[in-house]
Amino acid sequence: MTQLALVIDLNVCVGCHACVTSCKEWNTSGAAGALSDQNPYGADPSGTFFNRVQTFEVGAYPETQTVHFPKSCLHCEDPPCVPVCPTGASYKRAEDGLVLVDYDKCIGCKYCSWACPYGVRELDENEKVMKKCTLCVDRVNDTSLPETQRKPACVLACPTNARLYGDIHDPESIVSRAIRENGGYQLMPEWGTQPANHYLPRRTASDVDRQLSATVEQQRPAEPRPAPLPSTP
Amino acid sequence: MHPPFSVIFLTTLIGAGQGLFLALSALELGVFGTPPAARFFVVGDVIVLILLGGGLIASFFHLGHPERAWRAVTQWRTSWLSREVIALPVFGALVAAHALAHYLGAPSAAVIGVVAAGASLALYYITAMNYVCIRFLREWATPLTVVNYTLLGGASGFLLATVLAAWGHTEAAGDLAQASVVLTAVAAVARILTVLRNARLRPVSTLQTAIGVRNPRIVQKSPGFSGSSFNTREFFHGRTRAVVRLVKWIFLVCTFPVPLILLTLGAEGGLLPLAVVAFVVQYVGLIAERWFFFAQANHPQNLYYQVAG
Repeated sequence: MTQLALVIDLNVCVGCHACVTSCKEWNTSGAAGALSDQNPYGADPSGTFFNRVQTFEVGAYPETQTVHFPKSCLHCEDPPCVPVCPTGASYKRAEDGLVLVDYDKCIGCKYCSWACPYGVRELDENEKVMKKCTLCVDRVNDTSLPETQRKPACVLACPTNARLYGDIHDPESIVSRAIRENGGYQLMPEWGTQPANHYLPRRTASDVDRQLSATVEQQRPAEPRPAPLPSTP
Repeated sequence: MHPPFSVIFLTTLIGAGQGLFLALSALELGVFGTPPAARFFVVGDVIVLILLGGGLIASFFHLGHPERAWRAVTQWRTSWLSREVIALPVFGALVAAHALAHYLGAPSAAVIGVVAAGASLALYYITAMNYVCIRFLREWATPLTVVNYTLLGGASGFLLATVLAAWGHTEAAGDLAQASVVLTAVAAVARILTVLRNARLRPVSTLQTAIGVRNPRIVQKSPGFSGSSFNTREFFHGRTRAVVRLVKWIFLVCTFPVPLILLTLGAEGGLLPLAVVAFVVQYVGLIAERWFFFAQANHPQNLYYQVAG
């Protein structure tokens, strides 16, 4: 069973919002219709987005770090938003684990957004249906695109390669390896939703030092054994 | 949560209608002495249907696409909302059949009445489960939600039945007023217990679990946009703490003590006008109660939206 997902490396995200704008650009231009904006040039602009980059300050001065935190649908393995949908518009696809919305069946009751602890579903105020990240379902399966382009728009746009994309059920995929080797974690594990998307935790300078010296240690050629002292007769 | 008036009117109107039908059913079963004439049941059933219809109309204002509402009957296997969408018209149809049976003088009226009373109780449970099943909205995820929806709707409906009896079946009016007093008092205990319980809830999710950073000091600097979004509108009540506290006191006063005092005064005479005022005041209290029910529910997604701009 495939479970497509993103792995987001918080070490290298610089908070540039390229994933946000590329997501909006791709997903507002497709066959599913625009992601509407309300009052985009006014005093209180608002709009439908699948992906947001939030910024947090962690720690107390002078030991502070700025954490840029991209947030989109986590494509939970046990998504609480799906069973509550009264029309079946929200569903989890068996073949690739994507949580999707059939816009033609959605009645805009917003119940699924109440049932998502992460706040990643947004009602499109013009079309009055619930929208959310599709992991660019119309890119990743499009065989007319060159294979390197069959990735979500946000992944292709990220200038620091902070966003990895793949199947977390394939132990040898780039995402599974990243989760395994770098301590990938899930958001709000306390609700048992098992988000497919994972985040790679920030490493501190001492973490990096330790890792580097371990690598150097591994790569250093074995020192020649000191020659045994000649025994004096 | 942002309190949606469509849902507030839906749940309070159908709650009163369901309670009124339970009172009619009790009258029919002889709980309050000799049952009234068939005409009384027809009038009562029509009022129940008006309340259910009003609730149904209000609920359509909640939907982005009301023309597709019929699709909501399909997911009854998993969705409490879908079950509610089925149970409400089923109950309405049973009430209509009950009215028709009384109008035609059919002996099956009593049987239909018992079945419809069961549907009324089931509908309370189903309506409340819509909220109980969202486990991370911990103010809602408690059996007390089911108890409150049932008792508050029951109190409102029995009070309306008292009004109806004071007008058209005075023999039972005093007993119905007493039943209303009991239901209102028990509802007060359950609802106040819920207020106390929710005031003591400790959050399970924190900013630390929300973004997965263990440091105890995390301050949000940007939610990712400069204006507002669905996230900042749908999950916050947008009122000051003072307004929420005021609404809490409006509901605590209007729903419980005022109707209790008015009904006690009514026992001395002049029950009809006093019961009418008691019903109206309690209904206002129930609207405030439902508003507070939504406003006090603290959605974990709010952790991601603690600052604007």
